[in-house]
Amino acid sequence: MSYSEDVRNIFTAELDNIRETGIFKEERAICAPQDSEIEVEFPIGSEQKRVINMCANNYLGLSSHPDVIKAAHKGLDHRGYGMSSVRFICGTQDIHKTLEEKLTEFLGTEDTILFPSCMDANAGVFEALLSEEDVMIADRLVHASIVDGMRLCSAQRDTYKHSDMGHLEKKLELHKDKRLRVIITDGSFSMDGDLAKLDKIVELAEKYNSMVFLDDSHASGFIGKTGRGTHEHFNVLGKIDIITTTLGKALGGASGGCVSGRKEIVEMCRQKARPYLFSNTVAPVIVEGALEVLNLVSKTTERRDKLEKNTEFWRKGLTEAGLIIKEGETPIVPVMLFNAKLSQDFAKDLYTEGIYAIGFFFPVVPKGQARIRTQLSAAHEMHHLEKALDAFTKVGKKYDILNRTKQEIIDKYGM
Amino acid sequence: MADIKDAILDYVKEEYLEEDDDMEITYDTPLITGGIVDSFSMVSLKVFLENTYNVQIPDSKATPEAFDSVNKIVELLKEFNVGQEG
Repeated sequence: MSYSEDVRNIFTAELDNIRETGIFKEERAICAPQDSEIEVEFPIGSEQKRVINMCANNYLGLSSHPDVIKAAHKGLDHRGYGMSSVRFICGTQDIHKTLEEKLTEFLGTEDTILFPSCMDANAGVFEALLSEEDVMIADRLVHASIVDGMRLCSAQRDTYKHSDMGHLEKKLELHKDKRLRVIITDGSFSMDGDLAKLDKIVELAEKYNSMVFLDDSHASGFIGKTGRGTHEHFNVLGKIDIITTTLGKALGGASGGCVSGRKEIVEMCRQKARPYLFSNTVAPVIVEGALEVLNLVSKTTERRDKLEKNTEFWRKGLTEAGLIIKEGETPIVPVMLFNAKLSQDFAKDLYTEGIYAIGFFFPVVPKGQARIRTQLSAAHEMHHLEKALDAFTKVGKKYDILNRTKQEIIDKYGM
Repeated sequence: MADIKDAILDYVKEEYLEEDDDMEITYDTPLITGGIVDSFSMVSLKVFLENTYNVQIPDSKATPEAFDSVNKIVELLKEFNVGQEG
């Protein structure tokens, strides 16, 4: 079929519809390495502006760390640029096995398998393990990649209200006749910044003979006293059957992900997970970079401790300024604005003030819960946060939302 | 039929609203497009319908459009002879 005008019109109309509903995504060009301060072109082609970055997943500030870059060079020099193969044909190098061992050690599991991304890990893991006789019971706020992975799997799907343990128990009771049950949760929820009640989840899993699946992408490297993740924070190390996580956030920020957990589960993924079987091996540059990241985070907790302090300062500062934030303890701090347009206008004004943060609204977050999501980094210095706080206060004052209740903001701007 | 509508309505309220939520939901309230039920957690509603009315709703029929209100769900169930006299 040729790409006729009729075909073009179908896509054009769909894109117009995306624009009209206000969810058209525009890329900004960052003309610098990832960091707490970056040069940005927005829109692309416009004059560059130096801004404080409050929206990267660069939690530990390792994305451009000199030791990580040096290690990546070593990977390039010693093991080449790419492998031109999937893992099981001729794409497994010694360093891939080393990284899998180091991740197993770091996460406190039995075994680990690398994937090109955590999106791929989540897309492949359920289908590799479960069938029609089984059930997956997921928290309603899990990441989109888990939703997709569940849709690719023939096991029955069910959900429970976000972090509602009573509701989860009801669902476990409802599905007690199934062959296998898997409770599925994020460790740290990416839009709300709260932690799953993992200790309670493990208790329920034991009571109802269920497995636990944890996506710890927004936790690995900094949640828990030595940064091993949500399972360390809740003292349930060794009790999580399946952990997926990413090397694309705190752990270096490049790309790559993994499934880590019970050794049979990992082996099932090696045999059956389609994104593992049918996509290229993780590049040597990334493998060596990730090994250095694990070395750095295992040697000292200095970076996660600094991130924790930055987070405390930021949460306290926003609250004292009179803004409404989602309560929590993670470096994901949503500033609640409730109204979609207000979230966009607010983000635009912040950018004018030299602060780069993004406004999110329905359908990315529930209706009436529009927000600016801010994310802290160990690369932020106090002067960055002070400047950002001044900007939030100034813009908050402009829209007259400081020290207002949720209802007062909704009355003024609508849902 | 009214019994089925009420059963679905009660389930939606219990399953998707928080205890302190005083939102009014009627048979015609848009559930998916209204942001009460999202396309992911809609699977729980499907599980409920299948278990309660002993039917298997294929994914091709369990669309956000078909699940967008209690009345639409009842229409869908009719295709599986649920709520049909005789």
